[in-house]
This record gives sequence, structure tokens and C-alpha cells, in this order.
Amino acid sequence: MTDTAPIAVALRGITKTFPGVLANDDVDLEVRRGEIHALLGENGAGKSTLMSVLTGLYQPDRGQILIGDETGSLRPVTIVSPRDAIGLGIGMVHQHFKLVPTQTVAENIILGMDGVPFVLDMGSVEADVAALSERFRMPVPVSAFIWQISVGEQQRVEILKALYRGAEILILDEPTAVLTPQEAAEVAATLRALAGEGKAIIFISHKLDEVMTVADRVTVLRKGRNVATVDVGATDKHRLAELMVGREVATTIDKDDGAIGPVVLRIDGVVARNDRGIVALKDLTLEVRAGEILGIAGVAGNGQRELTEVATGLRRVEQGTVTVDGEDLTNRPPVRFIDAGVSHVPSDRLGRGLAGNLPLADNMAMKAYRRPPIAAGPMLRRDRMRAFAGDLIERFNVDTPGPDTPARNLSGGNQQKAILAREITAGTWARERGRRPVLIAAYPTRGLDVGAIEDVRRHLIEQRSGGTAVLLISEELDELMMMSDRIAVLHGGEVMGVVAPAETTIEELGLMMAGEMRR
Amino acid sequence: MDLLTSILAIAVFAGASLVYASVGEILTERSGILNLGVEGMMIMGAVTAFAAAVASGNAVVGVVVGGLVGGMLALVHAFLTITLRADQVVSGLALTLAGGGLASFLGQRLGPGGAPLVGMVGPRFRAITIPGLSDIPVIGPAFFDQDALVYLLFLVVPLAWFLLARTRPGLYLRAVGENPQTADAMGIDVFQVRYLYTFVGGVMAGVAGAHLSLAYTPGWTENLTGGRGWIAVALVIFATWDPRKAVAGALLFGGVNAIQFRLQAEGTTIPASLLNMMPYILTIVVLVVITRFESIRKKVGAPAALGLPYNREERT
Repeated sequence: MTDTAPIAVALRGITKTFPGVLANDDVDLEVRRGEIHALLGENGAGKSTLMSVLTGLYQPDRGQILIGDETGSLRPVTIVSPRDAIGLGIGMVHQHFKLVPTQTVAENIILGMDGVPFVLDMGSVEADVAALSERFRMPVPVSAFIWQISVGEQQRVEILKALYRGAEILILDEPTAVLTPQEAAEVAATLRALAGEGKAIIFISHKLDEVMTVADRVTVLRKGRNVATVDVGATDKHRLAELMVGREVATTIDKDDGAIGPVVLRIDGVVARNDRGIVALKDLTLEVRAGEILGIAGVAGNGQRELTEVATGLRRVEQGTVTVDGEDLTNRPPVRFIDAGVSHVPSDRLGRGLAGNLPLADNMAMKAYRRPPIAAGPMLRRDRMRAFAGDLIERFNVDTPGPDTPARNLSGGNQQKAILAREITAGTWARERGRRPVLIAAYPTRGLDVGAIEDVRRHLIEQRSGGTAVLLISEELDELMMMSDRIAVLHGGEVMGVVAPAETTIEELGLMMAGEMRR
Repeated sequence: MDLLTSILAIAVFAGASLVYASVGEILTERSGILNLGVEGMMIMGAVTAFAAAVASGNAVVGVVVGGLVGGMLALVHAFLTITLRADQVVSGLALTLAGGGLASFLGQRLGPGGAPLVGMVGPRFRAITIPGLSDIPVIGPAFFDQDALVYLLFLVVPLAWFLLARTRPGLYLRAVGENPQTADAMGIDVFQVRYLYTFVGGVMAGVAGAHLSLAYTPGWTENLTGGRGWIAVALVIFATWDPRKAVAGALLFGGVNAIQFRLQAEGTTIPASLLNMMPYILTIVVLVVITRFESIRKKVGAPAALGLPYNREERT
């Protein structure tokens, strides 16, 4: 990439408001041909809004979009639908793939395209797609169904879909979020090759490492404003993090060595099936000790969900045992797990974590309503419930208008803090009953902004240092390396190995996540 | 005609309305809209088709009117569920109940000069024997000695299958029913597709009703459809959303009807009411078997977005 390469697309002074929210405030962005341009920012910084303006999903209130030709001369365009954007050579690869699982790769690629004949000729489409995939070295099985292929392949299908429509400007929204480090490296190589052919690549991310290794230039958005556009070569991670958050951020976390106690949660030779009846945990054995964080690494869908459900009594175990603090709880109901001191921060905040339409107070009291003072015989004391919630709101710093606000109206970070407050409190009561508490946290920082992530991590570390056995499932390897005392890697429902963070590397974890290595 | 041929002939004749209704419902459901109002659309199609045929003296006019009435009722369902995003089950049930009541009411006064339709004789579709083909042993008389609406099915079913499996609009239809978010992002008008195939499903339910009142049991009586709309809904699941298999299912149900007639004609000691229950018992058995194997059902292709309203601004 050179600074003299012609400009492919320019956004000038884009402003977009939603009721009560200024999502983009006078944002400029310029991307050149042959360049990989990262768009960096926290959740809610306005990255997705800006790209939705560029792809015609949203109309900007103010501002201009210009498209450049080969010589770099710009002409203003109006984009009122995704169709217009495609017509101008703008292709988008969404974070949540826009693919129909029950249709084939080739069928997905021609979906909605202009010029497709009434009677389909899938043979020739498949030949075209195969040629394209060969040219860009992105192998895909053209006649396979989407549900049959891997996530990495699905992403290649998405990229090919854009290229098949003649995309010159390719936007990728968090393309590596669901990939192993090795797959992510492949994507980076693919993007590099595409840029080499003169395509302009816009790459949305909040991962600093990735931006540093993949991008040529980076534009940082914060609270809807463009705070800087810099060459990656002329900056470093700390500078970018500061630009992104607007203050200094701790990229490490203080953690004492702590005293690791006896095994509290023991999962021994467990076999369990997923919702589709397929074996998801294969003879899985894990131990979590008091006072440690056991991190679980793995690509999503390799048994993490089933593991949390088995460890909380929500899923039947076919073989093996689950014991908590010496008590055999195999296939006992969830309430027995709760009584034994198992707390659960589920991955699905508004699904399993909270009842969104109920007031925050009811949500926070969901593990307290069976005990006094909230329970008064068979009756509930609402005044005490509100007071209980008010106390937790204050102690856990939950930002809410009050305990009567429906849980769904809180931001993701505050919902997570409310869940943590409830679960950690339940753990305290377990300790009072003489039990050793267990905290199972599934993706606790997913989708949160930097401030909330810090809070959540601090709470988890505090619990660990206080003697709780913490099982932490995460897809952020950096987080696992920083937080965990030991890391277990899941692949295909099996433990590929348990390692100490100090004795491993991200690359090694990646190989284990891909199932290519055991330790 | 030997026994097998006569049973097959009645099975085809009795199954025709089921094929129309279930193929129509398959197209509707493939777009992600569940319309449980088939029974209501069918009975409204039956009464208006018969009334129009009597008034015009032409059975074809009756079919056109019946189809359009079915389609219009389906558009009510479409407006409620697609535009207003009302619950599809509730709206469909309301359509069935309202259709049944309205049909009884209209049956009292849609005859010439506002007379009741009950007991009236009107134009009807008669069997047309196709020379040559009808001489084929066993299947000849069963398939090629039928009325025009049955023959129309020989065209409609392959077309419906071809549309779904081999054409661009069919690809769009399947995409909308499986993943409306994706279809929308790819520039397909989800609302338009869903409205269109809900309407088409309604037209076919109306024609199904017309076949009953103009060919199968010519004339109008209360509760003419007798739950055939519900059998059609069950057939959609039985057919795993594939028009070809709907034909097989309809023949099976028609065959049960035929055997029941046959047994009654032979003067069996089994009470008639018990025999009349047979198709409905079969429906229950089929549904139990299919839902029992939930995993199979998912694999065989219930549209993933079936029953779910689509809202672009809603995040999933």
C-alpha cells in the first residue's frame, strides 16, 4: 500500500442520530485501493452504524459518500439500499453470517443477485464459484450445504459472495471473532492477497493485536466521533487503546498468587449429548479447585455450553459423575446445585440470566426469594426485595434508574453486573452454610465495553482470591491467559490438555483448539 | 372395476382437495408463515364457489370465485401476521372459526334471490374419460377418469415442486422461510414474498373447497369440509414440506376414505361413526409419529423461520 494509491471510497462528515443517541458525529473516513483499513472502537462507538450507512442499511442525516475510480477521481453517490451498495462494488461480510444453512454454497452465493435466470443452472454457477475460489485461494466445497461446512469455510463463502458480485470495496465486521488463531491467520493472508489485487478492505475490530498485525492504517472511533486515523507502523497497542477508550487502560490485571485449596467441582468421565442428540461431551474430566480460576479455551460449539449445563444441573449426564465439594450431584436438579453453592453466570444474559421484562429487583432476588427476609412464610416481601436489590445495585455499581426498571432496559454491562451481584451473593450464603462456592462464568465479558469488562474481571478475581472455585469460559485467549491459573482446552467435547498460562503460548492454545495437538 | 382400482379411484377423487390445500399450505409455510386458517378458507371457498356456480350457471366461474375468496381471507392473515406481526397461530385459528361461521351464514342466503343454498342443485365438474390412458390396467380408470380439477393437479403439483427446487423465485422463497434476515440483506423483499405465497396458499385452499362443493359432494351442506383443512395442515408436516410427498399423503388419506366407504357398502358390522373417524385417527397417528422424532423433523426441513414474524430493526 502506498499513500499515493487512488482513493476507493471516502465518507465525509457523516452524522447519524437515532432517537436519543448520536451514533455518528461528523465522521470522516478515507480508504485507498490496495489498503487494509481497520476501523477500531468499543461497542457503541459507531463502527457498525458507519458501515450500515456505507452499505445502505441506514440513511445519514448529513454527510456525503464518494466513490473513486481507477484514477482516484471521486464522485458523490447516494446509497439507499444494500442493492445500491452492491451495484457500486461495496460488499459486506457480516459478523453473524448471512447464510441460509439449508441451502448449498452456490445457492447462497447467487441469492438475491441480479441477472440470475428464472430457471436456475446450478452447474454453471458452481463452476464459476469454483474458479473464483481458486483464483483467490479460498477453497470451499461449492455444492455442500452451509450446515455441513466449518465456520472458517462459511466465512470464505461470505467473502466469495461479495467478490462474486464484483466487490471492489470489502467490509468485514469482526471477521476473526469465531475463528481459531490459525484460521484467523488464514483470513489475514486472504485479506492481504485481496488488497494485493487492488481491493480496498475495511476491517472492523476491537482487538488491538489483530489490528496491529493485519491493517495498514487504522481509524479509531470513540462515542461516534473519528478521533484519529494513523498508520499502523507509526503507533503501538497502548496508544491505540488510549485513543479507543479515551483514557489509560490496564492491559494487565493484578492478581496475587493466592492459596489454591482442595478440589471443589469435579467432573469425572462425563458423556452428554447436545440438543440435537449428538454426543457433545466425550468422557470429559475436569477439576476446579478452591481459590483458582480454571479457564476453558475453545472455538465456540466444542462443548462449552454443554459443560456449563452439566456443571449446573441443567443437562442430563449419560455417563460419569459430577461432584461438588464431595457431594455427588450427578443428574440432580439445578436447585440441588444451587444449594451446594454453585453459581452460574450464563452466556445468554437475557435468555437464561435475566427475565428481561421483570423489574431488576425481581431478577436480583431470584436466588434470595426462598430465604428470609424476602420470604415471609409463603409470601414475598416486596419492600424487602426492593431494599435487597437497592443494596446490591449500590455495592456492585449497577447503573440503573432504580430497582423497578425492567432488566432488559439496562445496558449489557449493567445487566452482567446485576447477574454477578446475584450469583456472588448466593455464593456468600453458601459459604455461610459451610460450603465451598463454585462460580461458573460463561463468556462473562462478551459484548461489554472496556469499563464494564474491567469491573467483571475484578469481581471474578476477587471471588477466586476469596476461595471460590471459578470456571471461566471465554473466547478471548488474552483474557484467559491473563485471568486463569490453569487453562483447559476443549475440542470436540474432549479436553485436549490443561496448561498453566505461563507455560504456554497463544499459538499452542490455537493448535489445541484446532484439535491438532494434545498436552 | 376390481377392488384395488375402485379404491384407488376414490382415493384420487377424495384426495384431490387435500392436495390443493396442502400444496398451497406448503408454499405458505415455506415462506415462514404458518396459516392454520386452511379449514376456514376451504369452507368459504366451497360455499362461495357453489353460490357463484349456481348464479352464473358455470362451474369454472365457481372455482375462480372460490379461489379468490380463499386468497382474500389469506390476505387478512397476511396483514395481521406480516404487517402487524400478530401471533400466527391465533390469527390462523381465528380465520378458521370466522370462516366456518361466515360460511354457514352465507349458505343461508347466497342462493338465487337470497334463498338458502342447502339442497340446491347446481353446475358441477363431471368425470372426463381420457381415451387411451384410461384403458391402462388398474391406474387408468383411477387417474384418467376424473374431473378437470383433478387433471389440473397433474400440472399444479409438478409446477409447485419445480418452482421450489429449480427456480430463482423458489430459491428466494426458501431463503425467506429459512432466514429472513439473510434474505433481506441480500436484497430480497421479505414482506412481498410472504404476502405473495400466503395469498397463493389461500387461493389453493379456496380451490380445494370448490372441488368439494362442485365435484366431490356437489352442493352445499353445513360443515361441508368436515375438518379436511386440518388434515391438509397435518399433511404438510407428513410431507415434510415437499409437494411431491403431499400427493402420496393425500392418496393415503383418500384411500382411508375409500376403504371406509367400501366397508360401509359391504355392510360391515363396524359402526359408521367409527369408520368416519378413521382419517382423523390417522392424522393423530401421523402427527404423533412425526413429533415423536423431533430430530427427524428438524432434519427433514421445517422452515427455520416458520411462525416467526420478521422485523428488520429487531436484533436477534
